[in-house]
Amino acid sequence: MPLTKEQIAQRIAKELRDGFYVNLGIGIPTLVANYIPAGIKVVLQSENGLLGIGPFPEEGKEDPDLINAGKQTITTIPGSAFFDSAMSFGMIRAGKVDLTVLGAMEVSEKGDIANWKIPGKMVKGMGGAMDLVASAKNIIVAMVHTNPKGESKLLSYCTLPLTGVRCVKKIVTDLAVLDVTENGFKLLERAPGISIDEIKTKTEGKLIVPGEIPEMSF
Amino acid sequence: MNKVVANADEAIRDISDGNVIMLGGFGLCGIPENCIAALVRKGVKDLTCISNNAGVDDFGIGLMLQKRQVKKMISSYVGENAEFERQLLSGELQVELIPQGTLATRCLAAGYGMPAVYTPAGAGTEVAEGKEMRSFSGKEYLLEYAFEAHYAIVKAWKGDTEGNLIYKETARNFNPLMAMAGRVTIAEVEHLVDAGGLDPDCIHTPGIYVHRIFQGVNYEKRIEQRTVRKT
Repeated sequence: MPLTKEQIAQRIAKELRDGFYVNLGIGIPTLVANYIPAGIKVVLQSENGLLGIGPFPEEGKEDPDLINAGKQTITTIPGSAFFDSAMSFGMIRAGKVDLTVLGAMEVSEKGDIANWKIPGKMVKGMGGAMDLVASAKNIIVAMVHTNPKGESKLLSYCTLPLTGVRCVKKIVTDLAVLDVTENGFKLLERAPGISIDEIKTKTEGKLIVPGEIPEMSF
Repeated sequence: MNKVVANADEAIRDISDGNVIMLGGFGLCGIPENCIAALVRKGVKDLTCISNNAGVDDFGIGLMLQKRQVKKMISSYVGENAEFERQLLSGELQVELIPQGTLATRCLAAGYGMPAVYTPAGAGTEVAEGKEMRSFSGKEYLLEYAFEAHYAIVKAWKGDTEGNLIYKETARNFNPLMAMAGRVTIAEVEHLVDAGGLDPDCIHTPGIYVHRIFQGVNYEKRIEQRTVRKT
C-alpha cells in the first residue's frame, strides 16, 4: 500500500534529532509537526518571523497578528521569539536552520528541485522556497512519487523551472525513501507491500538498488 | 518637526501616478489597511508596488488591483488573488517574482545604505538570468540591488509622536524593513502615544526612519486562513 500523506509525514519525523531547528513547508511537510518523536525537542521556524510555532489556537482565540507562513492562525509556546523577515531569512541563509522539509513538483537525480512555477498555467511565486533550498544544511522533499497523470516526479532532469540546484538530500514519497547521491537516487526503504519493480517503473531518473530493501514499518 | 498627521488621506496626499511604493505585511497580516483605503479613494494609478503578497480579491492590495491602480507588482508569492492572476495572464499587469529573503534583504540594504548584497537564493534558476554572479568559497551568489522607493507605507502596533514604532507578533514581518527603505516613510499605528510613552529599549523602528505617522482607525485585521485546534 502506498503511504498516506500522514504516513509520509510520520516517516520524515524519524529524521528529526534533538535540538533541531526545522522549517516545514506548506502541505505534507506541515503535518510532520504532528509526529515529533517523544523525548526530543525540535523548534519550528516560520519564515514570516517566528521561532517556536505552537499548536493551532482554540476556537475563539484566533489572533490575526499571529500566523504561520501558510497564513494559518497559530499560537506561540514558552520560549518563542518573533523577528522581522530579513532576520528570518538571515538565519536561514547563515545555515542556522538544521532541516528544511518541503514539497516538490519534480526532483532530479542530481538533487535539483522544481516547485514554484508551471509556465503558462500557475504563477504563484516562489515565496521563501528559493532562499531555503539555496542555504539549508539538509533538505528533505515530501511528495507523491508520480504526478496526477501517473508520470514520475523523480527525473533525470527537471522539466519545470528550477527552484534550486543540487540541494535535495533525501526524498520521502508514498512509495519509497531515497537518498540523492552522486550517482543517482539510492533506494533505502519501500512502502509496505510496494515492490522494487514498481518503484523502478515509477522512477524515471537513475535508481540505485543496493541489494535487499527493507519495508517501512509504522 | 511634526510627524503626526490627522489621517491616511493626509499621510498619502502627495503620492502620485507612477510612484514606486512599498507596502508592509505578510498576506493580510500587518498590512496598512487605512493607507490602502486612502490610495483607493485618491485613485492614484500606474503604481509599482513592492509587497510580499498582493492581497486577496477584496482586501489589501487586491482593492487597488480591482481599480487598476497597479502597473507592476514586485512580490514573492501571489497565490491568493484570482484577479491578480487574471490581470497577469491577460498582460494588464506586470509582475516581478523574487525570492522572499531577497525581497526582505533588498529592503534591508536600502535602509542600511548598502547599494547591493550577495545572496545564493535563485542561483542556477531563472531568477539569476542576467544578474551578476560571484563565487565565494565555491558557492554561487547573485548580486541583488537595494530597492529604491518613493514611499514606504507600514503598519505598526504602537508608535509615538517621534515616529518610533513597535510591531506586534508576526505582524512585524516586512514592516520594519520597508520602514527603513522608503524615501518617505508613512506609518499607521493602532495606538499613537506621546514621546516618552514607549520604552526606548523596546523600539523596533527608530523614528529617524519615519516621516509621517497617524493613528489608524477601524482595523478589520482579516484572517486569511482561520485554523483552530481539533477538539
